Amino acid sequence: MHRLLDGLAGLYALAVYVFIFLPVAVLVLFSFQATLFPVPPFTGPSLKWYAAVLSDQRLISGLVNSLLVGVLSSAVAVVLGFLAAYGIARFTLPASKAMRALIAAPLSVSYLVIGMGLLIVFNAIGLPKSLLAAGIGHVVINMPLCFAILYAQMGAEQANIERAARDLGAREWQVVGLVTAPMLWPALFAAFFLSMTFSWDEFVIAFLLTRFETTLPVEIWSLLRSGLNPKTNAVGSLVFLVSIVLVLLLEMTVLRKRR
Amino acid sequence: MSAPLVRISSVVKRFAGEAALDRVSLDIPRGAFTVLLGPSGSGKTTLLNVIGGFLVPDEGDVSIDGESMSGLPPARRPTTTVFQDYALFPHMPVGANVGFGLRMRGVARAERDAKARDALRLVGLEATFDRKPHQLSGGQRQRVALARALVVEPKVLLLDEPLGALDLKLRRQMQDELKLLQKRVGTTFVHVTHDQEEAMALADTLVVMNKGRIEDMGPAERVYARPATLFTAGFMGEVTVLSGRVAGADRVEWAGGDLPIAAPQTVGTEVKIAVRPEGLVLGVPEDGMVSLGLIRVREVVFQGASKRVLGDIGPDVAPIPAIVRVGAEVPVEEGPRVPLAAKVGALLVYPEAS
Repeated sequence: MHRLLDGLAGLYALAVYVFIFLPVAVLVLFSFQATLFPVPPFTGPSLKWYAAVLSDQRLISGLVNSLLVGVLSSAVAVVLGFLAAYGIARFTLPASKAMRALIAAPLSVSYLVIGMGLLIVFNAIGLPKSLLAAGIGHVVINMPLCFAILYAQMGAEQANIERAARDLGAREWQVVGLVTAPMLWPALFAAFFLSMTFSWDEFVIAFLLTRFETTLPVEIWSLLRSGLNPKTNAVGSLVFLVSIVLVLLLEMTVLRKRR
Repeated sequence: MSAPLVRISSVVKRFAGEAALDRVSLDIPRGAFTVLLGPSGSGKTTLLNVIGGFLVPDEGDVSIDGESMSGLPPARRPTTTVFQDYALFPHMPVGANVGFGLRMRGVARAERDAKARDALRLVGLEATFDRKPHQLSGGQRQRVALARALVVEPKVLLLDEPLGALDLKLRRQMQDELKLLQKRVGTTFVHVTHDQEEAMALADTLVVMNKGRIEDMGPAERVYARPATLFTAGFMGEVTVLSGRVAGADRVEWAGGDLPIAAPQTVGTEVKIAVRPEGLVLGVPEDGMVSLGLIRVREVVFQGASKRVLGDIGPDVAPIPAIVRVGAEVPVEEGPRVPLAAKVGALLVYPEAS
């Protein structure tokens, strides 16, 4: 009886994992297809579609643009989030609870609404659709996240350590530069890589706010409009690979903190 | 005696309208070990923070070595602090932790490291120079925090319940080390604690605080033996307290009779008479003693070197709890009434409300 239950539980777990990972596995498998259509039977393995992706100027520039937007917007989001968290955690400010809630609020607003809002604002101030506009959009969605992660790490214990630094003669910028930021390195890394992960496969905001030069998800979308072929599988697999690397980096920094 | 190093004049600090420090004035002598002792909420830590510059007093002034500290942040005061949770920099090795204050003062790397090593040697931790704080034990972190605060040669070292996070055995050991260290370096130490045993062991000058005021101040022996207030008497150790009334120039009467003690109060004033366990003797009074009648022994607690005897004295309708310390070899039984005497010199008289 017990054996049977254990067996059923195992089957159930297997079914859940198959459900989650089958689409990804199929995507990756048929990126190695040798023929024109990514449907069974599998005719590969072949790397010809990867070669096609790497020689596609538009996809490569989309990939470079995505990395650029991701790294820069994440860096800006981490810096802004850190400064906001430091200010609210360390100084007695009027209505600091309300300010905290207001900073975290964009987390609960849909990307579509944020993207349209930014589109209207950028139109009004004359900022054209561009990678810069998309980058600003990514700062808007990631800064609240960075703020929340970093604020949680600035507890009373950290405050006391900063007090010790001041007591030993450190000026305010020395406290932040030599004690607060280094002490929070793992959290800063985690916030950065998480922002990168979100920026990397963000579509709606990038679609609304870019025009000629755009990010990889938008390039993939226009590729998909001309129908499925193994090239889309290949580029999808590459996107997946980069996401995996980012998540692994994130895990490593978080694990290091728990040492 | 030389001029005091730290002078605290009429300092008031309120939190949400409540006075945590209520016009506190205090002179802290140079080169001595001063302990601020009091229960939680007595204002002792607030006073320490006012000296260190972490809190700005609402009224009054603190001066160190003749210079007013008002408006000066902690960084610009000649004080450093050892925090209760040590507050070591977790991302820096021990050597860099200890050298941090010197780095802030612009001391070059080589000199900084040499001085940090000297400071670590002083606390017996030279070998930990390259280790990270999380690799050290609680007692070792405590010593690193001490070295870090002392290496910048402050005029005053402030210690905020530095032994509070250690277990009892380690605390007693660190207490001895702290006292020796202070004697060796000669820096003025101001130490906050709520542990009166720790306070008596460490203090050259003991300051007892309660409800934002200073109750008593002086050498530990004097504060223990002849406390200035009834609160201090009770806080510094166990006491038996009798209610009485001044009956003459050198006579105070209580429910059990007359006591031959001089009270400064006028005749007829209600007073409290306090006496420590070692001021009481089981048996009939000898020379220099006075009878307190009979004690009904309730409980005898063996404490190794001595026995602690708990009992009731006075009239049966309103018994007064009494605590007596007797030698471990004295046979005492629970239950019977036995004669109790007090050493006259050990009787302390306080006004009714103190």
